[in-house]
Amino acid sequence: MTILRLENLCHVYGRGTPFEKKALNGVSLDLLSGQYTALIGHTGSGKSTLIQHMNGLLKPSDGRVLFEGEDIFRSKEATHNIRFQVGLVFQYPEHQLFEETVWRDIAFGPGNMGLRQDEIDERVREAADFTGIPEELFGASPLELSGGQKRRVAIAGVIAMRPRLLILDEPTAGLDPAGCADILDNIDRYHRETGAAILLVTHSMEEAARRADRLLVLSEGKIVMDGLPNEVFSHAEKLRGMGLDIPAPTLLALRLRELGVPVSPSVFTAEQLRDELLALRKGDSLC
Amino acid sequence: MLKDITLGQFFPGYTIVHRLDPRTKILSVVFYIAALFTAVSYVSYAFMFLVLCLCVGLSRIRPAALLKGLKPLLFILILTSLLNLFGTQGRVIFEVWILRITWEGLRNAVFMTARIMMLVCGTFLLTYTTSPLALTDGLEQLLSPLKKLRVPIHELSMMMSIALRFIPTLIEETDKIMSAQRARGADFETGSLARRAKALLPILVPLFVSAFRRADELAVAMECRCYHGGEGRTRMKVLTMQRRDYLTLLFWFFVLAMVIVLAVFGL
Amino acid sequence: MYMDSAIIQIENLSFRYPEASQDTLSDLSLSIFRGEFVAVLGRNGSGKSTLAKHLNAILLPSKGRVLVNGMNTADEAVLMQIRHTVGMVFQNPDNQIVASVVEDDVAFAPENLGLPSKEICHRVDEALRSVGMYEFRMHAPHLLSGGQKQRIAIAGVIAMRPDVLVLDEPTAMLDPSGRREVLRVVDQLRQDYGITVVLITHHMDECIHADRVLVMADGKIALDGTPAQVFTQVEKMYELGLEVPATTKILWELSAEGLQLPLDALDVEDCAQAIAVLWKGRQST
Repeated sequence: MTILRLENLCHVYGRGTPFEKKALNGVSLDLLSGQYTALIGHTGSGKSTLIQHMNGLLKPSDGRVLFEGEDIFRSKEATHNIRFQVGLVFQYPEHQLFEETVWRDIAFGPGNMGLRQDEIDERVREAADFTGIPEELFGASPLELSGGQKRRVAIAGVIAMRPRLLILDEPTAGLDPAGCADILDNIDRYHRETGAAILLVTHSMEEAARRADRLLVLSEGKIVMDGLPNEVFSHAEKLRGMGLDIPAPTLLALRLRELGVPVSPSVFTAEQLRDELLALRKGDSLC
Repeated sequence: MLKDITLGQFFPGYTIVHRLDPRTKILSVVFYIAALFTAVSYVSYAFMFLVLCLCVGLSRIRPAALLKGLKPLLFILILTSLLNLFGTQGRVIFEVWILRITWEGLRNAVFMTARIMMLVCGTFLLTYTTSPLALTDGLEQLLSPLKKLRVPIHELSMMMSIALRFIPTLIEETDKIMSAQRARGADFETGSLARRAKALLPILVPLFVSAFRRADELAVAMECRCYHGGEGRTRMKVLTMQRRDYLTLLFWFFVLAMVIVLAVFGL
Repeated sequence: MYMDSAIIQIENLSFRYPEASQDTLSDLSLSIFRGEFVAVLGRNGSGKSTLAKHLNAILLPSKGRVLVNGMNTADEAVLMQIRHTVGMVFQNPDNQIVASVVEDDVAFAPENLGLPSKEICHRVDEALRSVGMYEFRMHAPHLLSGGQKQRIAIAGVIAMRPDVLVLDEPTAMLDPSGRREVLRVVDQLRQDYGITVVLITHHMDECIHADRVLVMADGKIALDGTPAQVFTQVEKMYELGLEVPATTKILWELSAEGLQLPLDALDVEDCAQAIAVLWKGRQST
């Protein structure tokens, strides 16, 4: 079932000025409920603009955004309320923390929804649990936490609204590898346990391929590829042409094929390539 | 939104006015203001108006752009002219109820309005044709004698230029924080004044935190680049007065002298 | 290598932030040699940035000492010389750019050094060319891309003509193309000037071409060696919460399955060749 539909979305910045720029150029897209989608594209491809339309922060110059079949811009109230259904975690979200305590910061979103106090408390606890924030930290000032912890609190602040579609703009930027894996595992858990749809915006093809069921590639304000990770990765050369980073295992597989080793060209993790090579051995062609 | 605000009303260009040393331009404005306040008659005002027209013409700044700058001052302009118009004693032209217009009042109103308008246009011409950075540099140089009196001129001008550098960055940041809080259901547009003021907190707190973090990082980065105050510091772009600068200053000297002479003759 | 070619010598360095209960760096000793390209890896909080800030006297040791070209960083009298010798670039390019025009920013350090105007112009031009940003010299920095801004920040440091360039996670906030730009510039500087580079990073693939990789954990140096020596200790790296390059990972896992492969083929090309050789060998038998 479609949870969010974009119909021929266009967005022009600074219309009528010398700086006029077409950021989105006719994007049509269905995001399905419960689906884990990854969106990749280099800086300036229109990613940030696109996701800010999905929760009504930006209004399209042309086209429509439908959440469960209804236009999110049909009334001011509808546009406001859509933000509780479509949660958006910005890049470096820790920069938006402002409350005196962790608990109160996570409660900001649910508070704006006009929920009862006990319900807010329940949601804060649930969100903290999803993001691995221990209860001892509830009373701490968000400013005293480590970088990774701050990031979790900020993500919890959006999860606490229980969004049915959770959009994250590069949630792992600047973290160390273990920190990246932690955050992505948290998101996986939210996805699995609540059945919410996820849209992960990332630069890392490997991250995208490893976590998502579906991959979207945005280039110059248009969706240029849309499919299963291995379908998209079979166009490695085209992706590289768009200035994207090809994961090392894919590069290795491509080179191996050139050298006459018949591995699949659409692998993107080290594990996949290992399995491919081991399968070749079983098939008695290697070792 | 916020990003659309243009800052530092500077219109880049390559006219003679643009190329003048910022110090010359600042001094010119000082001369110009002095002359304006010395002017007492229609003749001297007309003369000053011609001088202003000449400057505007040379700078190729559209007069409309200058007049646009007067807009925020409209209220003050109207108020001063009304006060002068009705508040001056003298030969009566017109009298209704307690309102009385006099010849002297009319004259004062016209002069005051003309004076303020010309004053503002003149200073705007300076900021329109000089980049904020050049302006800061020029001021630092002009005020450098004050260093002997332990006025921290270098520090003040460094602060000024860093502020100019970070204004666009902080505007962008404000925009981002506002969007992020909106995404959490914050509402900045509706509700009572008190509620709206309270709604600013989620923007101001992160903005301050971030400004402090940036200041801290910038200070370290500056230290890493051997910054140690103004002592022993040289400049890449040394301001040098050219022939055109001396000629300009000479020109202003004559303008001022002319207005004084006119004033002596009561014109 | 000889000790006398060490440009930075760290002896039993311990450091504790005021009001902290633990040492951030504890009894750390290290020599960095002239012309070396040293990559520093480690989890967040392992003390990498704190170590970097000791290299040019931004922080001073609580115990032990740091010598830069023989100068003690605790000696106030040589502070400017030390900062002049060791240039530093940080993570966030926005917070290191001082001026509103690119060339004015690059001029900042030479101006602080009190150089004559002509020499400053010369150095600014040279620095901007060496990072490939000469055409942007009149631009406003806030309108440039992240990679471009970071290259400006590097130019701003290079204009001092330092012997050592320390980069503290310079690519963490950049997209892949910005990362490539910055790394290419660093590589070029090494080739052109033989500058000593200390690169702190989270990206394992940025370390592959380093002369030496240091892995930090709990304020100490846990591993120190060539990339091949460090990355082949796959289990140790996992234990420290770090990754290894994908190439090493594949080779390591295949070896665990009994295939005869060299673990130190870090480069994609070397790795592909190693696997292909094995494959062809099997085919011909």
